[in-house]
Amino acid sequence: MTSLESVPNLEPVPRLAPARVSPATRMPRLLDGAWSEWSAHLDAHLDRHGPPPVHVRRDALIDTVERSGLTGRGGAGFPTARKLRTVADSGRGATVVVANGMEGEPASSKDRLLLTRVPHLVLDGISLAAHAVGADRAVLCVHRGDPDFADWLRGCVEDRAAAGIDPVRIEVAELPRRYVASEQSSLVRFLDGGPAVPTFGPRPHERGVGGRPTLVNNVETLAHLAQIARRGDHWFRAVGAAHAPGSMLTTISGAVNRPGVYEVPMGLSVGEALLLAGGPAERPKAVLCGGYFGAWLPAEVAWNVPMTHGDMRRAGAALGAGILIALPESACVLGETARVIRYMAQETAGQCGPCVFGLPALAEAFSELAFTGGRGRGIQQVRRQIDLVDRRGACRHPDGVAALARSALDTFADDALDHDRQGPCAGLRRPPVLPLPPRSEREEVRK
Amino acid sequence: MSHVIRVNPIDCRAHGMCAELLPEMIQLDPWGYPIVAEHPVPEDIVGHARRAASACPTLALLVEDGDRPRRR
Amino acid sequence: MNLSLNGPGLWYVTRATGIVTLLMLTFSVFLGVVTRSRRSTRRLPRFVLLGLHRNVSLMVMIFLTLHVLTTVVDSYTNISLLDAFVPFLSQYRTVYLGLGALACDVLIAVVLTSLLRERIGFRTWKTLHLLSYLCWPVALVHAWGTGTDPGVLWGRWIGYACVAFIAGVVAWRLVIGARPDRADTLAP
Repeated sequence: MTSLESVPNLEPVPRLAPARVSPATRMPRLLDGAWSEWSAHLDAHLDRHGPPPVHVRRDALIDTVERSGLTGRGGAGFPTARKLRTVADSGRGATVVVANGMEGEPASSKDRLLLTRVPHLVLDGISLAAHAVGADRAVLCVHRGDPDFADWLRGCVEDRAAAGIDPVRIEVAELPRRYVASEQSSLVRFLDGGPAVPTFGPRPHERGVGGRPTLVNNVETLAHLAQIARRGDHWFRAVGAAHAPGSMLTTISGAVNRPGVYEVPMGLSVGEALLLAGGPAERPKAVLCGGYFGAWLPAEVAWNVPMTHGDMRRAGAALGAGILIALPESACVLGETARVIRYMAQETAGQCGPCVFGLPALAEAFSELAFTGGRGRGIQQVRRQIDLVDRRGACRHPDGVAALARSALDTFADDALDHDRQGPCAGLRRPPVLPLPPRSEREEVRK
Repeated sequence: MSHVIRVNPIDCRAHGMCAELLPEMIQLDPWGYPIVAEHPVPEDIVGHARRAASACPTLALLVEDGDRPRRR
Repeated sequence: MNLSLNGPGLWYVTRATGIVTLLMLTFSVFLGVVTRSRRSTRRLPRFVLLGLHRNVSLMVMIFLTLHVLTTVVDSYTNISLLDAFVPFLSQYRTVYLGLGALACDVLIAVVLTSLLRERIGFRTWKTLHLLSYLCWPVALVHAWGTGTDPGVLWGRWIGYACVAFIAGVVAWRLVIGARPDRADTLAP
């Protein structure tokens, strides 16, 4: 029997969520019971939630998901019911479900939290999705960083098999720990025996694993699905905003007093979310919204932006996978951005010339502006390099970097001008804020 | 029916024939990879576009139906 | 010159077309290597080099056809149409002629797949096109073994020249290399 003690290398997570669901806020939902010692136990899970309703009619299930307004929690925010329907109605025989638990973003921990604290909720979601789309194969993808983690998850699947819960046996696949490996088409390619790098071609829902229509969903999305299937669309919509219903997990880090993963209703403002995380530890200058594929917003602007895809986009940023990083006033936006771009340049799949050559060139130009500066043509050089990479690869990797770089230059135009004319600012003297994995952990994608 | 040009960036090996054969719509970046104009191909050079696609040694240049746009 | 079917005259045409085929094939392989390197000069842009490669290859097919036809039709030797395509059947210089038939088959495969490359897709086409690196040496050995001309000095020098040409361009390609592209800088 699996228990929390057997989960290796569990990072400490602040125990802030209330022990019971608060009637006033109706929260938490995904993380309800997640702090108990036995949250990962199948028995405790079944006691609390009951078995997943895998015998409801498939179209009824998809209808419920559609009414609930659930959107993908992996970053794109695509309506989940539409994805389910596309795969379910493909009419080409049995389909495949792939659960994306890779969490390629260094600044995100929510997927890992779900998989270690409430794995059975995720596994329920996978089962239900498999039922909804008529899949005869289901795979949960995680990264290889932790050798015992995948085995532990397989143990959870074993427990469920013994109890006869899942219509399809869920496989656990381990992929290289690289940024591009967490892309949808990378997962499909790896499961088909290829390297974990993106493809340019038909989307997974058209031709995925083994050429079959494949549903790829983030593990958080599937966890929400597991709850919606049990409790209905009205329940789901009871929190959140009308145009963005439900709750979401957000990973908050940077200069806040209690960094960690929090479950918040969609539509909560960034400021309120930061306050949940203990509020800023230092006076904030900017908030990176949406992670390394998102954008910078000045702190005063970010503070009032509701956390929904639409509102974030209108504000010039992105919700992404719910990542918020607070940058203190003492730090330098350009310097931090330069570090991230350099990391991204090393994380290309190595397949597309414009990315392989263009991202390092962008990283160099940006670093030059941030760390040396003073020549007066730095901004122009950076903008030129941004235009050379934007939308020129097979996947969204270069696009994300371009968006981040642009947002730094546009949102902090004054800082950029100062750097360009006078050289680096004092912000570079303090230790860096944005989290990046160390070099030693980066693996080869072609294994 | 309108046509658009797309490049498969994974197959593209920067041979550069496309830019030689369709300079109206394709420029090369500093590393020899094509930068393709996104507007539809003007009717009078569709033939040249097809020839450029045929000449691509890796078949990375694609001339496609502009009325049914594909992702990227 | 007696070019009737009963004299040695037709044999001269066979030899001549054979030599021209070999020279054109050598030139085509040379152009193929240059095309693959993605280099060009100002007077010879890449699409010209590619166009030349394709046209020279078609010329190879024309001269090869003449070479095979004159051989088969000639009653001076006992080579049938079947011998021209199925290797090692003929009685006359079995091995060397067989190699010629082999080279001919490979060449037909390479040219056909190239004509259909937009239908069969790049990867399939590329794999099959590599067979052309097999075709050329086999053709060369065939010429050496069946040809009357290597017995003559100028015949041998044509052979040496072809070898030098290809060896040279391959060495150039290996040493100076292609124009760098993303494969040289795969992310670590």
